[in-house]
Amino acid sequence: MSVIYILLAISMVIAIIFLVLFITIVKDGQYDDVYTPSVRMLFEDELETETNKTKNKQQS
Amino acid sequence: MSNSCYHCGLDCDQETIVFDQKNFCCNGCKTVYQIFSENNLTSYYDIENNPGITPKEVQGKYDFLSNPDILESLLEFNDGAIQMVNLYIPSIHCSSCIWVLENLHKINQNVKDSQVNFPKKTIRVTYNSNDFDLKKLALLLASIGYEPKINLENKNTEENTSNRTILYKLGVAGFAFGNIMFLSFPEYFEVNEYWLDHYKPLFRWIMFTFSLPVVFYASSDYFISAYKGIKSKILNIDIPIALGIAVLFIRSCHEIITGTGQGFFDSLAGLVFFLLIGKFFQQKTYNFLSFERSYKSYFPIGVTLIKNNNEEENIQVQDVRKGDRILIRSEEIIPVDSILMKGEAYIDYSFVTGESEIVRKTSGDKIFAGGKQTKNAIEIEALKSVSQSYLTQLWSNDAFKKESNANFQSLTDQISKHFTIVILSIAFLSLFYWLWKDTSQATYVFTAILIIACPCALALSAPFTLGNLLRIFGKKGFYLKDGHVIEKLAKIDTIIFDKTGTITASDKKDISYEGEALNEEEATLLKSTLRGSNHPLSRQLYLLLKENNIVPLDDFKETTGKGLEARVKNHKIKIGSESFVAETTTKNALKTSVHISTNNQYKGKYVFYNQYRKGISKLFYKLEKKYHLAILSGDNASEKENLRKLLPVKTKLLFNQQPQDKLVYIQHHQEEGAQILMIGDGLNDAGALKQSNVGIAVSENVNIFSPACDAILDAKNITDLSKYLKICNKGIRIIKASFILSFIYNIIGLSFAVTGHLSPVVAAILMPLSSISVVIFTTICTNFICRDLK
Repeated sequence: MSVIYILLAISMVIAIIFLVLFITIVKDGQYDDVYTPSVRMLFEDELETETNKTKNKQQS
Repeated sequence: MSNSCYHCGLDCDQETIVFDQKNFCCNGCKTVYQIFSENNLTSYYDIENNPGITPKEVQGKYDFLSNPDILESLLEFNDGAIQMVNLYIPSIHCSSCIWVLENLHKINQNVKDSQVNFPKKTIRVTYNSNDFDLKKLALLLASIGYEPKINLENKNTEENTSNRTILYKLGVAGFAFGNIMFLSFPEYFEVNEYWLDHYKPLFRWIMFTFSLPVVFYASSDYFISAYKGIKSKILNIDIPIALGIAVLFIRSCHEIITGTGQGFFDSLAGLVFFLLIGKFFQQKTYNFLSFERSYKSYFPIGVTLIKNNNEEENIQVQDVRKGDRILIRSEEIIPVDSILMKGEAYIDYSFVTGESEIVRKTSGDKIFAGGKQTKNAIEIEALKSVSQSYLTQLWSNDAFKKESNANFQSLTDQISKHFTIVILSIAFLSLFYWLWKDTSQATYVFTAILIIACPCALALSAPFTLGNLLRIFGKKGFYLKDGHVIEKLAKIDTIIFDKTGTITASDKKDISYEGEALNEEEATLLKSTLRGSNHPLSRQLYLLLKENNIVPLDDFKETTGKGLEARVKNHKIKIGSESFVAETTTKNALKTSVHISTNNQYKGKYVFYNQYRKGISKLFYKLEKKYHLAILSGDNASEKENLRKLLPVKTKLLFNQQPQDKLVYIQHHQEEGAQILMIGDGLNDAGALKQSNVGIAVSENVNIFSPACDAILDAKNITDLSKYLKICNKGIRIIKASFILSFIYNIIGLSFAVTGHLSPVVAAILMPLSSISVVIFTTICTNFICRDLK
């Protein structure tokens, strides 16, 4: 059997995996709100510095 | 140091509270700051400057949340120990809001998790329900300024699904398009190479497999819509599209089965993909706004019923029966026509009638549903059930039953009617020509015409132009329900304005003094006297007057409906209506005024004028050139002269218009063929907004309630109205221009098809090219016409 069949099969399986992933992601609601996560992502640091600050205050 | 509130950013004019070396405008703001600082949440103030919202008095407002029926209908999840709820909070406006709301668990241990959806302005909270409940959660949110808005329409959770379906379809079509493109690429150049020829059939059958979900899933909407169009005898744009897709698929299948060619699977998938992108682009909606609200969302869900034994019970508003005694607290809406039983009512009917004056009622007076109590708690007895109340009856009018888009034919539909006929006749003419000349070519040419004529670019023109305008308008505070509104706006020839709240700022008033100047002593006396009165006019006047020493009064008397009398030592003052103060009445009794006399000597009067929004006069003069203008006001005619001076002579002015009158007025003019744009703000305009061709609701704060309408306009942008209308007209011209552009592509394509030279490569180049150039053309043009909208 020619190698091209294997290659075709692999490429198609990969493509279909991506399609299925896309569909599950949409189903999970990842595209329902595309704004808040972008803001939320930046908060983690803010929170950290805040707790550090209060810790420092308590120490001093 | 600037004298603005650290929490909410307002100027601290009246009083400044200093706490923790920071200025606050009121106790509410200070309290929120205290809550945050006690819980280590002060970086709320680091993310954005002055992000806060002043909390409102909410005592008892959420009592109805302890009613188990209401609770059950609001909760998304409840297993006894853990409850989950999704709340709509209109005041979410910045990243600080997201941050503090997602850190709710720091303020109260019982909150397990909270997640904000910013575009929708909702928060989903999971909490421990053993020693915490929804009512406490609502109070907690309200105490930090994020008052949740709860009404029965909150319960809609299904709106997500339609939005996701188009994403699925887009994903499938894009996936198929990409893969088919790769697979069909080798055959474009017709190289006769051994290996290529060997695998041709395999490649073709894989392409066929990929095209199946595109035809039967992704493009299903077009077939359904085309079927509906044929059934109702409307030649809509989806008919040639569906025809094109079907012919593409059938011919391609025929080609690969007979082995005569590679088919047009690439063009097929590409076409559907581009069409879906156009659809997706137009589907922009403002999730946090609602355009389809009825009175129900304005009324409270729950009211407090007072039982015979003086016990209070929370019941759902639709359960209110005739004869029930209801407790109405400050700032609550009166849900039903009723009689005032206890307490003094100061009712703000501005939302219902457009009358901006606060009405004072005493025990035994009748009050109508929709008014808002502005002072202390009162007790009322229901005269009717909610659905039979005066205001809610408006909703039984026919205007609310008809489908708003039923009689509207979009520009695309108008064009496509002719387009479909022309294409079909070209196709059949060439079919007959080739049947006569060369039978073997006949079906080939016939299908090629239907394929190339598939109006992809045509179908994309309107969605991209309108979608883009929708987005640009949205950024400027003008939110449209959908793209059709733009087309409708372009056809308008008559504009009708409401007065109160639309061309006047609803709460602001100009007060001017006419008469003899008051000396220092008298001014002090005036201020001191006003201080004792709760009458709305007294309060407004009190706030306006300059700081004076407050002197203790030796004698004070308030006569309901007339005025105030006071005495300090031997100085007497009378404040109130003209008959009360001067004992004579002049003709000019329409203006709202407060008269003053000291020691029985008439001094003068304070006259209250409506304050018109800045630039209104200019706007009217601009609009006058193109449109018929009219003002329908629920107020009395006191402002008539003022408006006459302000507005163009041709403007019609009508006063004392009941909600029903406004609706009938619009209906009458529509029957004469007028295309009417109604601009209003309150429930009293709801009927008119619905009846008109386009109804725009003007709102000081777009997040709070506005009646059902086609568009919501931020009040501060109302003076740009003429610009918006101009842009709508230009937008229609852009659509027409891009129609011409897509016709040119169609003519080029047809010349290939009719002569029988349409190869898959030509189709594969021409189709995306036409689509993309139309998209680029409309995007550039719409941005160009909106350039001066700053």
